[in-house]
Amino acid sequence: MLTAEIIVVGAGPAGLSAAAEASHWNAGVTVFDRDATPGGQLVKQTHRFFGSRAQRAGTRGIDIIRILLDEIGERENARIVSGADVVSRYDDGVLGIAKAGHWFKAKPERLILATGAAEKTLAFPGSDLPGVYGAGAVQTLMNVHGVRPGQHVLMVGAGNIGLIVAYQLIQAGVEVVGVVEASERIGGYWVHASKIRRLKIPIFTRHTILQARGKESVEGAIIAEVGGDWAPIESTRRELSCDAICLAVGLSPLVDLMWQSGCSMSWISELGGYVPARDPSMGSDVDGVYVAGDAAGIEEASAAMMEGRIAGLSAAHSLGKVSDEQFGLRAEEIGRELANLRSGPTGEVVRRGLSKLERAPRNSQVLVEGGDSRC
Amino acid sequence: MSAGIALFSGNHLHLSEVDFMEKELRISEHPVLDFSPGDKVQFWFEGEPVTGYLGEPVAAALHAAGIRVLRYSRRLHRPRGFYCAIGNCSECLVEIDGEPNVRSCITPLAEGMRIRRQAGEGRAIADS
Ligand SMILES: Cc1cc2nc3c(=O)[nH]c(=O)nc-3n(C[C@H](O)[C@H](O)[C@H](O)COP(=O)(O)OP(=O)(O)OC[C@H]3O[C@@H](n4cnc5c(N)ncnc54)[C@H](O)[C@@H]3O)c2cc1C
Ligand code: FES
Repeated sequence: MLTAEIIVVGAGPAGLSAAAEASHWNAGVTVFDRDATPGGQLVKQTHRFFGSRAQRAGTRGIDIIRILLDEIGERENARIVSGADVVSRYDDGVLGIAKAGHWFKAKPERLILATGAAEKTLAFPGSDLPGVYGAGAVQTLMNVHGVRPGQHVLMVGAGNIGLIVAYQLIQAGVEVVGVVEASERIGGYWVHASKIRRLKIPIFTRHTILQARGKESVEGAIIAEVGGDWAPIESTRRELSCDAICLAVGLSPLVDLMWQSGCSMSWISELGGYVPARDPSMGSDVDGVYVAGDAAGIEEASAAMMEGRIAGLSAAHSLGKVSDEQFGLRAEEIGRELANLRSGPTGEVVRRGLSKLERAPRNSQVLVEGGDSRC
Repeated sequence: MSAGIALFSGNHLHLSEVDFMEKELRISEHPVLDFSPGDKVQFWFEGEPVTGYLGEPVAAALHAAGIRVLRYSRRLHRPRGFYCAIGNCSECLVEIDGEPNVRSCITPLAEGMRIRRQAGEGRAIADS
């Protein structure tokens, strides 16, 4: 059985930052990621980032990953294993891992779970038709594999992700027939919205999608305005012709391994769904298990990287690799940056979510707040 | 003001038939990205020869070839294609070389693969 001081699950910005930090303090780190290449969601991100300047707001997502990989690549005590899906964690702390048709076991002294998120979906007639894709899927197909999702695409959701992907579709030579958003206002940053507006793409605020039309795959979409009670207004039904519908309706944390590990889980809608309890060092309430990034609550890449750094630092500290004094100084430094990042108006939802999480009951896997599934 | 409405007049907007394959789906020019695909390979889909690039996800190769229906659902036999493209949702299951329940979005394409649409739960390997 493979053993390691620290195993990180997930090679997105959070997992890679955790590995970079922990290996800097001379801990032995192995990162497993089920993807063929490391980078997580960031490999698809061709736009310059929002977030704090210290965390490379002006750098494209794909370049941030290169910087992290360079940092880890220099060290002999850290390695990344791609194509390795961590499928289970048992009570004795052993992990089950599937790689290239084989299954093997590994036991770390400390485990950092940075598995990222899964895309949410919407239920409407035809939402299961081929041609209805998640925004992340569209990005993967287009920005990683160079294939257009369709020729005429309807975007559902005008948060940052919807707006960014709409713009990326245009860059890839695809017609965006419109952006549908149920709220009165666009959720994303105005920089992204004005890019879309300048290209004369209609943004249908206060609208929703009622149906995806098509026999074997998407041939059109029916949308309508929503009233004050969020119910669609029949008289405003209209049909748009399109061959793909892209849903950008949010992410929810990928927490299977946390449930399996026995972490206390709570439903916090502000953080995207079920999230694990955690202390300021990113330790869960299961001994030796740390969490970081979108898997610990949906935020954005800068926060994921800082949480990853904290988790890596804490795990290395608990292994005796970092003195208490060094730990205190470094934890304070990263903690301050993270608090800064969350301090503005855009951090309001996350702050509310985190404070709810702090008050949520521990030592139980319970459903808080009646569990609105909001898919 | 409702920004969407202001931009529209009629109820039906340029409602023409869209042709999914009217233009090549592979991106040849891009302002930010550079794509360097692997070698061209031939594989089989439902017995027909298809070409794609070595190592790209099977789902991407099929999509670029205009194939979007990857399986039919278990009870209502509804057509299904990929949804998440990162191995989370299992919407993209196909049969590859007789093995059912393979997630085509995260399976790298190889020369000569024999791919079939999966019906329901797929046939057991022993039957094929
Ligand atoms: C379309 C889109 C646009 C975005 N734009 C921005 C932006 O402009 N600015 C910004 O700050 N943020 C943006 N984000 C958000 C940002 O990408 C995420 O917040 C960030 O990637 C989260 O990092 P992470 O490391 O927690 O997770 P991820 O990047 O999702 O990485 C998780 C990794 O874990 C792996 N994994 C999961 N489960 C397992 C398992 N069981 N075994 C092995 N490996 C596993 C996955 O393969 C993946 O590589 C965007 C997100 C999307 C989808
Ligand atoms: S599309 Fe979701 S698993 Fe393949």
